[in-house]
Amino acid sequence: MPLQSLDIVRRSATTLPEPEIRGAHTGQVAKLIDTTKCIGCKACQVACMEWNDLRDDIGTCTGHYDNPSDLSEHSWTLMRFAEYENPKGDLEWLIRKDGCMHCEDPGCLKACPSPGAIVQYANGIVDFHEENCIGCGYCVTGCPFDVPRISKKDKKAYKCTLCSDRVGVGLEPACVKACPTGAIVFGSKEDMQEHAAERIEDLKSRGFDQAGLYDPAGVGGTHVMYVLHHADQPALYSDLPENPRISPTVRLWKGAAKPLALFAMAATAAVGFLHYIGIGPNETDDGDEEAARREMQKSREKMS
Amino acid sequence: MSPPNVDRIVRYTAGTRINHWIVAISFVLVALSGLALFHPALFWLADLFGGGPWTRILHPFIGCVMAAAFYLLCVKVWRDNYLQDRDWTWLRRFNDVVANREKDLPDVGRYNGGQKLLFFILVVCLIVLVLSGIAMWRVYFAEFFSVGVIRAASLLHAFFAFVLIFAIIIHVYAGIWVKGSIRAMTRGWVSPGWAWKHHRAWFREVGKSE
Repeated sequence: MPLQSLDIVRRSATTLPEPEIRGAHTGQVAKLIDTTKCIGCKACQVACMEWNDLRDDIGTCTGHYDNPSDLSEHSWTLMRFAEYENPKGDLEWLIRKDGCMHCEDPGCLKACPSPGAIVQYANGIVDFHEENCIGCGYCVTGCPFDVPRISKKDKKAYKCTLCSDRVGVGLEPACVKACPTGAIVFGSKEDMQEHAAERIEDLKSRGFDQAGLYDPAGVGGTHVMYVLHHADQPALYSDLPENPRISPTVRLWKGAAKPLALFAMAATAAVGFLHYIGIGPNETDDGDEEAARREMQKSREKMS
Repeated sequence: MSPPNVDRIVRYTAGTRINHWIVAISFVLVALSGLALFHPALFWLADLFGGGPWTRILHPFIGCVMAAAFYLLCVKVWRDNYLQDRDWTWLRRFNDVVANREKDLPDVGRYNGGQKLLFFILVVCLIVLVLSGIAMWRVYFAEFFSVGVIRAASLLHAFFAFVLIFAIIIHVYAGIWVKGSIRAMTRGWVSPGWAWKHHRAWFREVGKSE
């Protein structure tokens, strides 16, 4: 929900600028999730439930530690547990806190047909305003990370807000506050990148040569970033996409197709109008009726 | 058989007319609601349907009504829409057609080349629109399709909807342009002169059957 809306840099299905006089002059925000520090305690999930007043249904065990087994309208964040056997033959438990990545170039926002149902604030947070949501699910179609979920109850789309309500009053997101190991940190994007660089240096000195930051350029960078031990193989972390970007199909559908189709339809109608004015209608005159009558007469004579 | 009415030739029975107008009215509704979701500049059209969520709810159901009614009509008129050599000749003389120069055009059967072409464009468009629409129908069916399929379906749906609207704009204009056509589809009859002028082969067939 918008507390103050003077800092909206992008708004779904809107062709004119929004009130955006208040900018993020001290830098955009980012949440950094250090998978190498995560112990999989799920405190972040609980904090998310508490702060946002969400309660998911009790599910069933699907054979792994993921609980619930997938994101839902009630579960905006989720620890995904992957067991990876590295080339040395050791088991690595790669735990990734999944949820909205808050893309700089959000596919959900691009796909959304309802004005103001999805907004991006100057600080980089991508937020859903459910009161404007029409429930079409285009955000699900547009998202490169498979994050938004449509509620079965009210047919509205939900996802992590990056606690925009907390951030708006100077607090860190609930998951950050709850994390007992400091695996989740929050601050300006620049600070988080610097912090990540230190972590990566440390990891490299411990033998994780491929350690790195996940801040995918294909979506313009994200406001939720990961430190990965194996940044060269993000797919190890429960199918984190290697090069996420807005699908070219979605780009075409929500890009060039829109103005071109509208123009072509208007042009067709205009050509019709000009034809009527210029050449005129095709009318049946008395001569045609006379010719038809003669022919009918003839055929009737033939028959009799 | 009743004696032939010299002034009126029946072109469309009441059943066909009603069927056509069910298709036409549902097309208008489905096109307006679809355009509301297609381009932000047209989102205001959603207000005609009670707002965004209602537009999203109604659009696919109206689409189903249109498709069902269209294919019913389609079965009725299928045979009369086979494209013959004379139709291709008619289409090649497009310049004469639009200039109202009909003297040198080949005789036209119940439907002309343009109408037949439109018919098959509609047949194809509606198949694609129904199939892609099912994949996009979030509430009931989207969960059965991968996101890649839904993305492709969304683009196809937009493209074929565009082709359909484009074709129908031409269809509607043709009705305005060729005087007497709208009466044929509202009242059901045409004058002998109209039939002789625009659909001479059909006119002769009707004459023979009488």
